[in-house]
Amino acid sequence: MTFSLRFRAAVVSIALLAAFLGIWHLATRSTATTTTMSPEYAKLMGLTATQGKSAMPGPLDVGAKLWEHFKQPFYDKGPNDKGLGIQLGYSIGRVGLGYLLAVIVAIPLGFLIGMSPLISKALDPFIQVLKPISPLAWMPLALYTIKDSSISAIFVIFICSVWPMLLNTAFGVAAVRKEWINVARTLEVGTIRRAFTVILPAAAPTILTGMRISIGIAWLVIVAAEMLVGGTGIGYFVWNEWNNLSITNVIIAILLIGVVGMLLDQILARFTRMVTFPE
Amino acid sequence: MTDKFISIEGIARRYPGADGAPITVFEDLWLSLNRGEFGCVIGHSGCGKTTVLNILAGLDEPSEGAVIVDGQAIEGTSLDRAVIFQSHALLPWRTVLGNVAYAVTSKWRKWDRAKVKAHAQKFIDLVGLTGSEHKRPSELSGGMKQRVGIARALSITPKIMLMDEPFSALDALTRGTLQDEVRRICLETGQTAFMITHDVDEAIYLADKIFLMTNGPGAVLAEIVENPLPKDRGRIDLHRHPLYYALRNHIVDFLVSRSKTFTAATPDHDPRNVPVVRPGLSEPTIVVAPSLVEASSAQKIAR
Ligand SMILES: Nc1ncnc2c1ncn2[C@@H]1O[C@H](COP(=O)(O)OP(=O)(O)OP(=O)(O)O)[C@@H](O)[C@H]1O
Ligand SMILES: [Mg+2]
Repeated sequence: MTFSLRFRAAVVSIALLAAFLGIWHLATRSTATTTTMSPEYAKLMGLTATQGKSAMPGPLDVGAKLWEHFKQPFYDKGPNDKGLGIQLGYSIGRVGLGYLLAVIVAIPLGFLIGMSPLISKALDPFIQVLKPISPLAWMPLALYTIKDSSISAIFVIFICSVWPMLLNTAFGVAAVRKEWINVARTLEVGTIRRAFTVILPAAAPTILTGMRISIGIAWLVIVAAEMLVGGTGIGYFVWNEWNNLSITNVIIAILLIGVVGMLLDQILARFTRMVTFPE
Repeated sequence: MTDKFISIEGIARRYPGADGAPITVFEDLWLSLNRGEFGCVIGHSGCGKTTVLNILAGLDEPSEGAVIVDGQAIEGTSLDRAVIFQSHALLPWRTVLGNVAYAVTSKWRKWDRAKVKAHAQKFIDLVGLTGSEHKRPSELSGGMKQRVGIARALSITPKIMLMDEPFSALDALTRGTLQDEVRRICLETGQTAFMITHDVDEAIYLADKIFLMTNGPGAVLAEIVENPLPKDRGRIDLHRHPLYYALRNHIVDFLVSRSKTFTAATPDHDPRNVPVVRPGLSEPTIVVAPSLVEASSAQKIAR
């Protein structure tokens, strides 16, 4: 009997996950040897030392903690203790804003670069120099000029997501097939209408690919940016929990960062599929 | 009287070559068509037929010379000159109906949706694509795509139809039907047509004038063949006409042998006064240069 490829892949995936969780569980299980030490020192060291428990939480600890978070995602007990939902919300909000700004700037500018060889050549040196700069390198400058940590983070997201979109839009627009342009020309279609009815649909798959790359980079950068600026957000949460030595929460945050990143990517992938046309 | 509706006057097209020296596809090309005439260009692949057509359409610019249409030098493209592209050039993100409707809305900006749709549908039906309106180009065969291109060009009812091998991907039956339709539309609407083809019979059926081009590079218009068959010729009994074989043999001879040797064999060829040939029952003879035809019309044509 043969099952579909999808089904078999799912079985293997689940098996791999189970194996990983099993090994993790075994590796972090409490070891029996309990060293004798003074009660004060033991108290200081916590369970790690007194019960011979590994400092690394096991999957069960993480699971239990995760359940706790799920039950109460939006609580707010002061600046250092907010629900994970709130922290993720802050991060997604910053990414969304910075990304939106990048879309508003990159797509029209990309159109211009793609359509005009002059502008393309003129802007090329700037783009070549600005593109390889790590977005975090802008942070001090942003903090100094904007004087607001949250807006600075948004600016950093903007600057990191603008390049892939800009370059892909310019490339997509410049690579529109000559024959499609010629159709519009023989029909005396004006520039604006041509841009919307021929160039945009023809370049849309390439533009969306750039947007998909951008959202991935933006989500990578937001964690680092929030670690730097602090205050709120999932990146700050990770750093804060590290300072609290709560490895369980750090692991949970890592997991959630991955899941949200995947969801963002899937949304863009769906949009890409919507505008892709078979030839 | 002749009124040159389309007049190509001494055009040349050069491309920059690899070593800096320009490559001349053709130069000093003169060609004209009267209003309502149907002209066919025949020549081997790569001789520059599409280039001439693109220049006529306004999509390409000649390196030298000019194209006059209706007394005015053309500048760029126009809705009066519809093009059927060799490569179909359908917009793949639009359906069949969408592709034709795009042309219709471009010509008649103020029409409402229903009117555009009805008009587009008429031409889709005409090319026999009823039922495929909502398919995308990727779901069509090569011949069907070509028919969408034909419907799109016909739908804007242009004054001039420029056709680049419009029927080449079609089976014999569909090709025949579409040839009939295109000929009927051209005759009824008085459209002037300029068509590129590789099919000699197609040229004989459709064309009033057949332009024979020599091989490139440096292609020249060697001869203009006037079609001696009656205007009301039918496609089915074309080959029964007494002059059919004389005409056909003349064109095939040219394609097989003379297209290669013409330039060397005719050093005094004057591109401005290309010989007009009207194959008759006897051996075809060069009758007169075009400038003389204007003065003395058809009587001088030798039999
Ligand atoms: N962009 C270009 N750069 C250089 N040479 C070109 C370019 N476009 C066309 N040519 C040359 O011009 C010549 C004529 O091309 P054209 O497409 O007009 O040929 P054609 O007669 O339509 O051929 P076919 O019957 O195969 O369609 C060819 O030899 C081709 O190599
Ligand atoms: Mg061609």
